[in-house]
Amino acid sequence: MIHAVLVFNNYGKPRLSKFYQHFSEQQQQTIIQETFQLISKREDCTCNFLELPSSFLMNASSDCKLIYRHYATLYFVFCCDESESELGILDLIQVFVETLDRSFSNVCELDLIFNSDVIHFIVNEIVQSGMVVQTNMNEILARVEEQNKICKAESGNVSAASSKAVSAMKNINLPQLKDKVFDLPNTFKDLKF
Amino acid sequence: MNAESGFNPGLNMATIRQAINETIERVRMPTPTRLRDLIRQIRAAKTQAEERAVVNRECAYIRSTFREEDSVWRCRNIAKLFYIHMLGYPAHFGQLECLKLIASPKFTDKRIGYLGAMLLLDERQDVHLLITNCLKNDLNSPTQFVVGLALCTLGAIASPEMARDLAGEIEKLMKSPNAYIRKKAVLCAFRIIRRVPELMEIFLPATRSLLNEKNHGILITGVTLITEMCENSPDTLNHFKKIVPNLVRILKNLILAGYSPEHDVSGVSDPFLQVKILRLLRILGRNDPDASEAMNDILAQVATNTETSKNVGNTILYETVLTIMDIKSEGGLRVLAVNILGRFLLNNDKNIRYIALHTLLRTVHVDISAVQRHRSTILECLKDPDVTIRKRAMELSFALVNTQNIRAMAKELLIFLEKADPEFKAQCSSSMVNSAERYAPTIRWHLDTLLNILIAAGNYVRDDVVSSTIQIISSSPSNEQGVITVKLWESIQETLDNQPLLQVAVWCIGEFGDSLLYGDDLEFTLERPTESIVIELFNKLLCSNQVNMVSKQYALVSLTKLSTRLKAGQGEIKGIVEAFGSHLNVDLQQRGVEFSQLFGSYNHLRTSLLEKMPAMTITRMNGNTEGSGEVEPSNIKVTDEKSSTNGRSNTDTLLDLLGSGDDIIMSTTSSVIPSNTTNTVESNNLLDLLGDIDLSASTAPVIVSNNNNNLLSSPVTMSIFDDNENTNISDVSGVFSLNGDSNIPDNFDLGLDAMPQSPPTNAKIVTALDKNDLFVQLSMVNQSDYQQINMITTNNSKDTLEQYLFQAAVPKSFQLQMMSPSGSVLLPGGKITQEMRVKNNSSNAVLRMKLRISYLCNGNPVLEQCEVSEFGK
Repeated sequence: MIHAVLVFNNYGKPRLSKFYQHFSEQQQQTIIQETFQLISKREDCTCNFLELPSSFLMNASSDCKLIYRHYATLYFVFCCDESESELGILDLIQVFVETLDRSFSNVCELDLIFNSDVIHFIVNEIVQSGMVVQTNMNEILARVEEQNKICKAESGNVSAASSKAVSAMKNINLPQLKDKVFDLPNTFKDLKF
Repeated sequence: MNAESGFNPGLNMATIRQAINETIERVRMPTPTRLRDLIRQIRAAKTQAEERAVVNRECAYIRSTFREEDSVWRCRNIAKLFYIHMLGYPAHFGQLECLKLIASPKFTDKRIGYLGAMLLLDERQDVHLLITNCLKNDLNSPTQFVVGLALCTLGAIASPEMARDLAGEIEKLMKSPNAYIRKKAVLCAFRIIRRVPELMEIFLPATRSLLNEKNHGILITGVTLITEMCENSPDTLNHFKKIVPNLVRILKNLILAGYSPEHDVSGVSDPFLQVKILRLLRILGRNDPDASEAMNDILAQVATNTETSKNVGNTILYETVLTIMDIKSEGGLRVLAVNILGRFLLNNDKNIRYIALHTLLRTVHVDISAVQRHRSTILECLKDPDVTIRKRAMELSFALVNTQNIRAMAKELLIFLEKADPEFKAQCSSSMVNSAERYAPTIRWHLDTLLNILIAAGNYVRDDVVSSTIQIISSSPSNEQGVITVKLWESIQETLDNQPLLQVAVWCIGEFGDSLLYGDDLEFTLERPTESIVIELFNKLLCSNQVNMVSKQYALVSLTKLSTRLKAGQGEIKGIVEAFGSHLNVDLQQRGVEFSQLFGSYNHLRTSLLEKMPAMTITRMNGNTEGSGEVEPSNIKVTDEKSSTNGRSNTDTLLDLLGSGDDIIMSTTSSVIPSNTTNTVESNNLLDLLGDIDLSASTAPVIVSNNNNNLLSSPVTMSIFDDNENTNISDVSGVFSLNGDSNIPDNFDLGLDAMPQSPPTNAKIVTALDKNDLFVQLSMVNQSDYQQINMITTNNSKDTLEQYLFQAAVPKSFQLQMMSPSGSVLLPGGKITQEMRVKNNSSNAVLRMKLRISYLCNGNPVLEQCEVSEFGK
């Protein structure tokens, strides 16, 4: 089982943290920091696996392995137990990164920073409940895209409607009204349907 | 797609209403910072404090908007909260807002809301109850993506209660015609079973059909679920044995299907699915010849047909090898598997090399000869730049050592040990000592190897290496002892930094100094030392700052021994030893005082006292060490036990008592030397003078005068004369870390702390009872919040006392807690210790104790009672 998916940069700033079992905020930060400290001091010529005592994931019963890849400024770390194939997870990281690459066309750290929600949506299509759910990149991207479309449609409709209304309101010269007649916000509060 | 129908805003009333509400709010409220701007602000912060200020300000603002029931910006605010949460700031206050978003009819809101639920939710009951209801609704939604979100969330946060409440819904969804929903539902079922294994039954019927799917997403999740179920109970495992042909077929299709663009990963068809299937096969085929038989062919096919130029191919090969090794596969297949690992070992990719070593280590017990073939490659890996690989290679190398290859392997491992990181040195040196002991071809080779280990591992060797080395040297033939002493002498000429080496060398020089100086047939690389050079070296190391206390203790004992081995120089030695009579270190001082007695009034006893020690042998520990500080007598055998029972000379026995630390045996084993007591009585006065209030001499006045020096305790007694036995003991019991530990400068005291029966320096000591040769002492130490009283009972009689029971009572203003005693049988000369803790509840009360001691002497019950009240003074 995958216990956590972590992405952080060369300085240990987290860019994505996703846990598949419950940890308190404090514990999550400890795990992220310890992971960074362990991995960042490893040289690039070393292998991409790191075995850890089970105490690393405070309450995990089995041993824990860190499997990671280092791309430019980012570390992608999967924290797994014995039931995952080490090499298989390396392939999965590759799939994950390629998916990101395709959805952001040449992904870079900034994309991850400013679109953290999107990254989460993508991860959720690849891994669910700590297990791989889909590895086919086209399928992953298609599903994410479809959901994005729904969102876009919603916001388009609502915001179009509301912005029309806003402009209509502005036309009745609100400030003047406010000055002369009454305190607008209070009135509007009661005006809700 | 039907997905859109639910969200098509059209011109229904709700949408209009929403639009108007939002419009009003946008006008009323100032627009909050956009996520983008917040991120920029945070990134622009130059210091941690600045960043914290930005985050705190934003959090305060977000909280205030939550209070105001503002719904337009909720999404944006929650998204900001994610970012803040990721940076490690508390964001739990967003939980309820997430629930509100989830309850919203809009997909955008739900999407963010569920994401928030996965990230921010803690395991609070009330929140979970609320979200369970939301999930239930959404699992029945007509929109596949809403269901998908709910399933994904449930998979991430399912608590046992949630799992129970929603298992039924999930089971329904597992039969959904929609593949997207079905695969997610299957993984939810996996999660539910993880949390609540009893719920497995519900999912069993729906699981069977999963393997007939074409969709790879469902196949992979299905295999995952079945794997979990099989690991869950043996019954299910048997139940699923019949799917082996299905799995084999799927695997076969994957290999033979050829290129399919959809699932291709660098030339391999869906490696992830292949890996999962291979894993499941491993579980199904374990210890099952029939199932294994059904897999043999396909495994061979996978092993030969997989393209290995890329990582993906190796992934599959690796899993195949593991499966072959785990199931009852054919011999030929196993050879194939080990050969694949051999190829992996030579791979340029360090990950593959690691995997190879890791797997070989797992399979080495199954087929050692197959692994043995790759020995040279494995030894190569000892030189790998990667620590993880070196560590694995080291472990594997030790697993491969045997009688045939020990010489070659030891050579390689020594080179490795020399260059190894400090963290490896301890483990590596201990393992080498063990291997050498098991497989050494000759004694000389064994001793040389031990010497090399000591040199190579330096101060990192574990305590037991010193003691076991000394023990091995001690039991070697005398010509070998001479040879190794010369080598040790030469090895310490350059540096005195290496404490374990120094200790062994010094011990040997002390013990075999005569052969070093005058022995025949010895080869010296350097010049043969003269007496004055030897004494000068001892003087140097006894004064040196580089040498730790333990080594100095060794040195002082050895130097004293040397006085009988050398032809001249006794005067010089006497001078050095006497100088230690005023040393700051208590232990060295004590030795100094005692040994100078041997040069003074008891000069005539010195030669016989300091004779060579009998050879020692240690049978390896059997782990049933009795009591806390007790030495298990059965662990130590006196080799010349027979000769001693047959009436050795008094001095000989005395020598044992004083010199070789065999006194432990005598005092605790009734089988050794019936004449023991008479001998000790005869030598009583000497014992007294030496301050060695060993077992039999404890009533002598000397005890009192030496109290401040802690001489009451047996460990001190043992350490006075001879370290080496002690270090042997430390090997056995683990408690006697007295002299073996080179890392602690003054572990004499440490040893004391570890010994419950030894009173620390500032202890008040009271003799509670001294009657019928039974001697009971109480020593009291003030701890931070209680007083610790150690009871030591010594049996000075010739009889064995059984069922010894020590009871104590204190006034009501005190609280007494008694720890368990170290034993209930007192052999002649034996000791029993027991710790008591007394808590004083009223400050002015004086501690008094009533004691009740009962035991069986020759089958007759004896009861003693007494009162102790001197503690308060």
